[in-house]
Amino acid sequence: MTEYTEHLLSEPRKDTERFRIIWLVTVPLVAILFQVYVPRFVSFLSYLELPLLITVHFALSSRGPIASVFYGMSIGLVQDSLSHQPIGMFGIVKTLVGYFAASVSMRFDVANPFVTFILSFFFYFFHQFFYWVLDRALLGEALSFDVQQTLIFGLLNAAVALPLFRILDKLKVTG
Amino acid sequence: MDFFLSRYRNLTVLLIVIVAQLLLIAYQVKTSNNVPLMRVWAVTAVTPVETALELVRRYTWGFVVDYFVLLNVRGENEKLKSENGQIKMENHYLKAELGTADRARALSVFQAQSPSKSVAARVIGNGTGANSKVVFIDRGSTTGVESGMAVVTPDGIVGKVVDAYPTASLVMLITDPTFAAGVISQKNHVRGTLKGQGHSDTLVDYVQNEETVDGGEWFYTSGDDRIFPKGFPVGQVSAARNGKNFKEIYLNPSGLQSGSVEEVLVLLNGVHQQIPDGEIASPGYKILQPPSDSVPGAPQPTGQATALSTDADRLREQYKQVGTEQKHVFGEGIPGSKPPDFTKMQGIRGASPLPSLTPAAPPKANAPANGDAGATGKKAGSSEATAANSGSSGASADAAPPKPKPRPTAPILLTDPTDADPGSDVVPAPAPKTEKPAGSAKPATTPSTTAPSPAAPSPAAPKPPVARNQ
Repeated sequence: MTEYTEHLLSEPRKDTERFRIIWLVTVPLVAILFQVYVPRFVSFLSYLELPLLITVHFALSSRGPIASVFYGMSIGLVQDSLSHQPIGMFGIVKTLVGYFAASVSMRFDVANPFVTFILSFFFYFFHQFFYWVLDRALLGEALSFDVQQTLIFGLLNAAVALPLFRILDKLKVTG
Repeated sequence: MDFFLSRYRNLTVLLIVIVAQLLLIAYQVKTSNNVPLMRVWAVTAVTPVETALELVRRYTWGFVVDYFVLLNVRGENEKLKSENGQIKMENHYLKAELGTADRARALSVFQAQSPSKSVAARVIGNGTGANSKVVFIDRGSTTGVESGMAVVTPDGIVGKVVDAYPTASLVMLITDPTFAAGVISQKNHVRGTLKGQGHSDTLVDYVQNEETVDGGEWFYTSGDDRIFPKGFPVGQVSAARNGKNFKEIYLNPSGLQSGSVEEVLVLLNGVHQQIPDGEIASPGYKILQPPSDSVPGAPQPTGQATALSTDADRLREQYKQVGTEQKHVFGEGIPGSKPPDFTKMQGIRGASPLPSLTPAAPPKANAPANGDAGATGKKAGSSEATAANSGSSGASADAAPPKPKPRPTAPILLTDPTDADPGSDVVPAPAPKTEKPAGSAKPATTPSTTAPSPAAPSPAAPKPPVARNQ
């Protein structure tokens, strides 16, 4: 194990930074609003899954699986409410993302941009794939899953995650 | 238990949350009910912000354009676009009605029925979901919008309302993978089910491969789904090919041609319309008229322009003509009554027999005059058909104007060209190998030229010959 990998797998920092309640509510709403409004005019941005990135960032920052589970579930359920699918599809997927992201954050140094990029890419792919599995398994819809497109979109979302996480880190307060 | 919960607390919470959501989904799927309260909260929280954003965007952008760039042109353009949309809708309706054969009836229908009652709405946002194609419109249940209502534009259908909330409604576009609607083609009236694909094209499914659908053909709503009124344009065929089970027909949705939809109409009370008969605006495809002589050499027994296109049609016409000449009305004779004498059928018996097959000396007077097919069994039909198709004799005889032919007094010699004795001077007419039925091969002992036996029974109705025209 090299020094760099040891650095990546280092123990989490014992910082006490956390979000204000107002940001915990406002940021996901803005992300969802972005998702439902902006692609109307800039269709290219429809690939962005900002609610997922917010969930991942919160889970990586809080490192509390239970809080991340409920946070991911809440964001997912709001997304479900704005879709025509049964409520709970996005909720389940984002619940799992929140849980796993919080679990992973205890093992990795999530402040490292490379780790952030990889985790964002992985969780995007996991999110899309698991949603597709649920769609087929629970609703019986024969939707197609384009692996190549999902991989590319995962890279793009991971690239967006890097500056987004930096901005969100600025919203945290110490205390 | 306490140890388990404290040891696996995170996992337990995760499992409880997942199971709760699974139960929620199961409830919705099983009962086909939504969870309206949650949706209403979310939509009510989000759509006002969207509406405000849309207003800000429109008015700020409109302000800049109106006062600094175009002044009044934008407003006038919007007004003209609105009027143009209404005129298009009216035009579609009038075209559909006036395209029917009975103009008076169309006018009375037009007077009796008012066009579909609708309410204009503006798209204010997209729905969530990677593959879903749903949008929010700014009209909800307070303005009379209900779930299941059709959403259209003057160019064609757009989608249907899947959820109606007080301030907004969720519209599933026709490109959504779960969308389906009944459609019918304009020209051939082929019925199918329109399905979204998740991208710009839509698919018409459940159309048999035997059905005919041309490229560029228009599809309209059939009204079978009880959502879209009949007669609204759906789209134009971009590709049609045979598939494994059903035909694969892809449509360009006309209602979504302009990319993102901005303004739509929600049909509060739809009115069925007729499918227009004539071609509507189709600038992309110019289709020529079918040729008048689509089948060269095909018999035209009546000498009039007909739409016959198959051998069966032509044969039926020949039989009908024979019956008319003999004053026989098909379908009225009792069983056992004398049928028409089909041996006088022009183009079959009327075809000139080959000179080489005609006997030099006239036969006896009491010989069977019509050369019964039964005398030589199956070979008769085969040779007749061969004779009728050999060279141009059959075709020319068929193409000639109809005139009563005298009943032949001489027996017609029936032969199979393949049975001709190589040593004899009877030279069979060259006939394509494919014209000969496979079962007509005879042993070499069979005489090549057979005179009908007087003792042979004469069937009352000879086997109808099969006319082949190529």
